[in-house]
Amino acid sequence: MTEISVNDEIQQLEEEIEFLSKQLQEKKELLEAIRHNQNEEKQNEDISSAEISRYSRQIILPSLGLNGQKRLKNSSVLIVGIGGLGCPAALYLVSAGVGHIGLIDYDKVEINNLHRQVLHSENDIGLLKTNSASAKLKRLNKNVKMTNHKCQLTSDNSISIVSQYDIILDATDNVATRYLLNDTCVFVKKPLVSGSALQMEGQLTIYNHLSSPCYRCLYPHPPPPNTVNNCSSSGVLGPVCGVIGVLQALEAIKLILNLEETLSGRMLLFDGYDTTFRCIKLRKKKLDCDICGINPKIKHLMDYEQFCGSSANDKNTYISLIDKTERITVNDLYKIRLTLEPHILIDVRSNSEYNMCHLPNSLNIHVNSLEKDINCINKKIEDLKQNSDDPKIIFICRRGNDSQLAVKLLKTKLNTQNIIDVEGGLHAWSIKIDNNFPLY
Amino acid sequence: MSKICLSNSFPLTVQFGGGAELLFNNTKKHDVILPQKENPWTLRLLIAWLKENLLTEKPELFVQGESVRPGILVLVNDQDWELIGELDYELKENDNVLFISTLHGG
Repeated sequence: MTEISVNDEIQQLEEEIEFLSKQLQEKKELLEAIRHNQNEEKQNEDISSAEISRYSRQIILPSLGLNGQKRLKNSSVLIVGIGGLGCPAALYLVSAGVGHIGLIDYDKVEINNLHRQVLHSENDIGLLKTNSASAKLKRLNKNVKMTNHKCQLTSDNSISIVSQYDIILDATDNVATRYLLNDTCVFVKKPLVSGSALQMEGQLTIYNHLSSPCYRCLYPHPPPPNTVNNCSSSGVLGPVCGVIGVLQALEAIKLILNLEETLSGRMLLFDGYDTTFRCIKLRKKKLDCDICGINPKIKHLMDYEQFCGSSANDKNTYISLIDKTERITVNDLYKIRLTLEPHILIDVRSNSEYNMCHLPNSLNIHVNSLEKDINCINKKIEDLKQNSDDPKIIFICRRGNDSQLAVKLLKTKLNTQNIIDVEGGLHAWSIKIDNNFPLY
Repeated sequence: MSKICLSNSFPLTVQFGGGAELLFNNTKKHDVILPQKENPWTLRLLIAWLKENLLTEKPELFVQGESVRPGILVLVNDQDWELIGELDYELKENDNVLFISTLHGG
């Protein structure tokens, strides 16, 4: 069979599977709706004997009791972001018998999510995270009503979605959505259990509850975009997300039970390197807060991407810093390497990324160290000049952003004019030249 | 009884977290000895001192004006600096000052 006909067959099968999955999902939802209506007539606010058996190990707790279980059953929690934090949080809230769980996410499951987003599995790749998660959660506890919001939270829809729930969990991955969610919770008066995780560390607190500050009381101004790191570029360890996500579920349950000693007014700092927890005392609600203060300046939701200067997701964007003539494609790079044209290929990613995967015969100098290492690069250029008048210096990185920065930084500082970068970086190399090169 | 300080140094523990340690030689805990001086050490002066003496990356990643840049929380002995006077807080010997960069990932 030719390669083209195999590709056609793969595409056809993928389309058929997608179509059938959709049909299956619709049938499941229909069945669920019929069952739900059937059950609803029988159900009331009281806890049945079956439920007592099911939740007995927590009902026995003095701080929960039968009343606590009723409270859980009659409560609703919205989980914003069904990723590394949202998955573990959802698992425990559904297991505990919270009556109604809302899941909101616009994104689809990717293979690089699976190490931390524990509700999704290999055969969910490509599915919407809300569908993948709610399928698992329904299997775990069919008594819990699940609502999927298959969209991005925006200034247009957040008030109407958030106001349907008692408690909101911030399990998002970006600054803009965090401000949006905070402002919405202030407007509709809902407590916000806010978790975050990056690399080996996590942070957790409850905003906008009793006298606790809101996100803006603590952070009146957004951080400069160049200081914000995300899981995609900096990495995160699965269990670190798990610790924070599970604790978000714990704090939500305590809020439902009206227990006093919540993280309201305190922030928990978790450091996975040395496995330490540290609890810090936060300021009270600020009287001059722009949104929850006495004379709030902010009366409506705003454009949060503009406010933060960054996009409302943790996806990478492509920037353009240098002229097109200073860039080559991965195809050009392939030819240069094949014909052994004199060049130095400098990979400007972090050392840990370089060790994970790199092109042979490339030199690793992190973009932040380039200026320190100018002499070293110039020495290599001099060596090459014995064979070629104008050797090429080629910068490469993950996606072709930092490599442009490298060209810009060193343009006038190296002993050659021939300084270029590779458009699309190793990402493009993996797609267009070598499928065996890891895509990450 | 007033405490008489005979030493001519001012010991302090300065800690960084949430990624702020990357700006300080990738070290989370620094036992710092500030030079003794007549006027009290405030957090304002400490931030300026850290910028000159301990910071290993670009200043704009840590400071903005005489304060820290947005997105960094300052804690003294595990208390939000807003509760104790922010920049004007007068440091005591052996205080623990923690600079935490806010995390946004999930």
